[in-house]
Amino acid sequence: MIELENVTKVYRMGRVQVPALQGVSLSVQQGEMLSIMGPSGSGKSTLMNVLGCLDVPTSGRYVLQGAEVGRLGDDRLAEIRNRKIGFVFQTYNLLPRLTALANVELPLLYGNGHDARKRALGALERVGLGHRARHRPAELSGGEQQRVGIARALVKNPSILLADEPTGNLDSRSSYEILVILQRLNREEGLTVVIVTHEADIAAHTKRVVSMRDGRVVRDEPVKEPRQAASDGQGMERGQ
Amino acid sequence: MNPLRTLYTALSSLGANKLRSGLTLLGIVIGVAAVISLMAIGRGAQRAITANIEALGTNLLFVRPGASSQGGVFGGLGSASTLTLDDAFAILDPVYAPSVAAVAPELRSTGQVVAGSKNTFTQVVGVTPEYRFVRNVPAASGQFVTWGQVDNRSEVVVLGSRVSETLFGFRDPVGQTVRINGRQFTVIGVLKSQGGGAQGLFDDQVLVPITTAYYRLVSQRTAQGGVNVQTVNVQVRSGDAMGSAVQEIATVLRLRHRITGEDDFNVSSQQETIETLEETTNTFVVFLGAIASISLLVGGIGIMNIMLVSVTERTREIGIRKAMGAKRRDVLFQFVSEATLLSLGGGGLGVLLGFGLSQALSGRNLVGQTFRTAFSGDIALLALIVSAAIGLFFGIYPAVRAARLHPIEALRYE
Repeated sequence: MIELENVTKVYRMGRVQVPALQGVSLSVQQGEMLSIMGPSGSGKSTLMNVLGCLDVPTSGRYVLQGAEVGRLGDDRLAEIRNRKIGFVFQTYNLLPRLTALANVELPLLYGNGHDARKRALGALERVGLGHRARHRPAELSGGEQQRVGIARALVKNPSILLADEPTGNLDSRSSYEILVILQRLNREEGLTVVIVTHEADIAAHTKRVVSMRDGRVVRDEPVKEPRQAASDGQGMERGQ
Repeated sequence: MNPLRTLYTALSSLGANKLRSGLTLLGIVIGVAAVISLMAIGRGAQRAITANIEALGTNLLFVRPGASSQGGVFGGLGSASTLTLDDAFAILDPVYAPSVAAVAPELRSTGQVVAGSKNTFTQVVGVTPEYRFVRNVPAASGQFVTWGQVDNRSEVVVLGSRVSETLFGFRDPVGQTVRINGRQFTVIGVLKSQGGGAQGLFDDQVLVPITTAYYRLVSQRTAQGGVNVQTVNVQVRSGDAMGSAVQEIATVLRLRHRITGEDDFNVSSQQETIETLEETTNTFVVFLGAIASISLLVGGIGIMNIMLVSVTERTREIGIRKAMGAKRRDVLFQFVSEATLLSLGGGGLGVLLGFGLSQALSGRNLVGQTFRTAFSGDIALLALIVSAAIGLFFGIYPAVRAARLHPIEALRYE
């Protein structure tokens, strides 16, 4: 469902041109769960932005579900983000003024918004937070906030869920809960999940690891026995 | 995003910063209230002036002689002495001038009025009995000039209230005698005091029969036969007949004066006087409005300022919304509607405040001037529209900046 062909991305910082991606080819099938690893500056975040249609490649082709999206304008990209992509951020990026429910409703405002309340509540229930719908982010724990973030990513039933360091700001127990949810969504609903992380332990919970360095894919191999996260938080070890 | 949602989002964003929104709103409130109350004061003054002129009588035309010319030197309008008392009565002809209801010729001069040891210098106006009704002369105690007195050139006089006070204090002058330019006159009446305004003119005048004024008081007399008059006040039957009355009067006078070329008289209407004055006062009203508009402009700049701050502060929010699929126009509308809500809300409150102010000022005395205000709906509506437009105008630039933000940079913004 995702085809990247020789994608490059060059940022211009003043007069200096910084190459962030230098010819990345990648193919992701429907229902996969993979992680993108690499040290900072390896281009994994840039790759994530391109995959999420937040940015367009400088050259190369990006085909998402059979449609070339690498050359689209801002508003068409916004539409694709709204319809096909769910984002989960390291810093949650919830709007602090809004309740959990209103935060989850947000993507529904920018598209087909019928039954917004009902669908948002359904998404919150899928991450086990139906009872926290009226709380504001500040009244929720980090793990709960990230689950609201996942509910928001799910509410439009996207084709792909992109998680950028989703556990980066969480303790191991909460990280674990997040992994449980992501694995379940992948296993039970066949949702395609892409996780950007620099933690090998997180990557070990996915079925495939793509390693990057200096804007190139240096390794791309399946995980032989992906670990299964259990809701009691055991079997989770922090560290590289 | 549907319009209702946009509005709701804008409202809740404004509500999140109540003090800031309130202060920004205040800028517009003050601007609009200033425009409205100053315009109300201006219009009130305008209305007062118009009412003052109308108090002199309604549907009036003034016939005056044309300019005199002696050896190529032209005098001012009314300087010629071509208009006579007979001309005045001819205008009243029901056949030639059916639109004319009444005429009141007048002949003005000045004189020293003496009573005992007191004396005053004042206007002496020669009039006919009709003058009282045509020029809306205030009621008098005693009598007004009668036709008999006009025919007999009687030496009788009606005193203006101030003249009476100067000469007789609080005594009743009716029946007493005064001397005007050395001739003895019997006082037959006193006009009631009118205080300020155009009618106050009558306070400082004395009225005598027009024939008496001509034969006994006016020093320079021209031998053209008949009594010369300076102005014939003509009352027209109705406001609609003003135009035809002017034509009829012109026809009668041209016939009588055997004019083929240029007219030796001039007909002007009270309406013209009012219009001229209104033009002048309009300038004044617009000037007031323009000054007040400056504060409205400042209020608009306040909105722009606060919206720019808001866009910067909410860069991350904009990034999140864009990542969730908000298009440029969604973000644009969000910020424009916030700005417009601020200005429109301020406009609404400003109209109320302006209305309240103009009501409170009405009839109040300030530095010796009585305010008469006239609140007008059209100004209120205009102020509302202008304030909405100000919100749009000053809100567009910050909103465009917000809409143009790149989602990734906006998300990274700390």
